Amino acid sequence: MTFDAIDSWWWPLAFILIAGWLATDMWRWLGVLMGNRIDETSEILVYIRSVATALVAAVIAQLIIFPSGTLSETPVLLRIAAALTGFSTYIFIGRHVGLGVLAALVVLSAGIVLDI
Amino acid sequence: MNEESLNPEKSGRYWLLKGMREAICLPTFLLMCAFVGFAGLARENGITMLQALVMTSTIWALPACVVLITAIANGATLIAAFIAVTLSSARMMPMAIALIPEMRTKKTRTWVLLLLSHFIAITAWVIALRRFKDVPKQYRTYYFGGLGGTITLINQFVVLGVYLSANSFPPQVLGVLFFLTPIYFLTSLWGSARETTGKIAMVVGLLMGPFFYLNLPGLDLLATGFIGGTIAYFIGRFMRARNAKGET
Repeated sequence: MTFDAIDSWWWPLAFILIAGWLATDMWRWLGVLMGNRIDETSEILVYIRSVATALVAAVIAQLIIFPSGTLSETPVLLRIAAALTGFSTYIFIGRHVGLGVLAALVVLSAGIVLDI
Repeated sequence: MNEESLNPEKSGRYWLLKGMREAICLPTFLLMCAFVGFAGLARENGITMLQALVMTSTIWALPACVVLITAIANGATLIAAFIAVTLSSARMMPMAIALIPEMRTKKTRTWVLLLLSHFIAITAWVIALRRFKDVPKQYRTYYFGGLGGTITLINQFVVLGVYLSANSFPPQVLGVLFFLTPIYFLTSLWGSARETTGKIAMVVGLLMGPFFYLNLPGLDLLATGFIGGTIAYFIGRFMRARNAKGET
C-alpha cells in the first residue's frame, strides 16, 4: 500500500497520520510514560539513539549529495564544500548553529553566483 | 485585588505568555528557514498544501517529515514508511524522558504531559532545557506550552506562506534555503549528541547513507540506521571500555 495506492482525498492523509504522526508521537508518549522509570544512561537507549542518529545522518547526506529540484543543478563538490565549511565554522567558532548555517549558505550562494 | 494582579509571576498566564514571547528567537528563525526548505521539498514531490500542513502539525519533527516525504517519493509502502519514520523519531523518547521530569510536579496530570510532549522537537527542547532553571517548577508546563505551541503555530504559517507564494521565489533562493535544512540538522544534531556513540553514529551514517542510497534504493535509510547504528554502538562501547581500562 503506497501513498498513491487509493485514489481518494483521505488515503494520503491517513498515510501521513499512521506513518508520520503515530510513528512520531508514540515515542513522545512512551517517553512521558517511562518518565523517571528508565535510566537515561541505560544501554538500550544508547543503542536506540545510535540507530536513530545514523538514520538521520543518512537523510542529511542524501539531502546534500542527492538533492531534488534546483539544488541538484549545483555541482556536488560545491555542496560538500559548503557543508564542510558550515560544519567547521560551527565546531571551531563557538558552536553557534546560526554561524555554521550562515557560513554554509555564503559558500553555496557564492558558488552559484560565480557559477563554479 | 486577587493574588494574580499583586504578583504576576505567580500565575500560569504570566508564564504561558513568557513562553510565547521567548519563542521568538534565533533558533526559531533558523527552524522557520528550514521549514521554508521543507515546504519547497514537499511541493516538489507533489505533496498538497493540506497534506504538508497536516505533516507539519501532527508530526512536528522536521527529520521525520523529511524521512516521510523521501519514503513517499521513493514509492515506499505504508509499513516501510512507518518503520523508517519510527526509527528517525526514536530520538523523541530519550528527549521526552529527559524533559518531562523537569516539568512534572505531584499535581501534574499525565494527560497534560502527553499533550505537551507533542511539542518536543530539537528547537523547543533545547530552549526549554536552557531556560527551565529560571521558571518556577509548577509553571514549567505553562511555559513549555506557550513556547512549543507558538513555535509550532509560526511554522504552520511558514508552510502556508511558501505554498501560497513559492512561484514568486527565485528558484536559486529556494534552493539555497533548502540547503539550510541539512546544515541545520548537521550542526544541531552534533550539538545534541550526548555521548561519543552519537557522534560516531553521525559520521558512519553520513558515509554509509550515500552508499546504500546507490546500492539499496528504498531500504537505504533503514539499512544505514540499523547497520551504521549497530557499528557505531559497538565502536562507542569499545572506546568506553578502553577509556575505563585506561583510568584504572
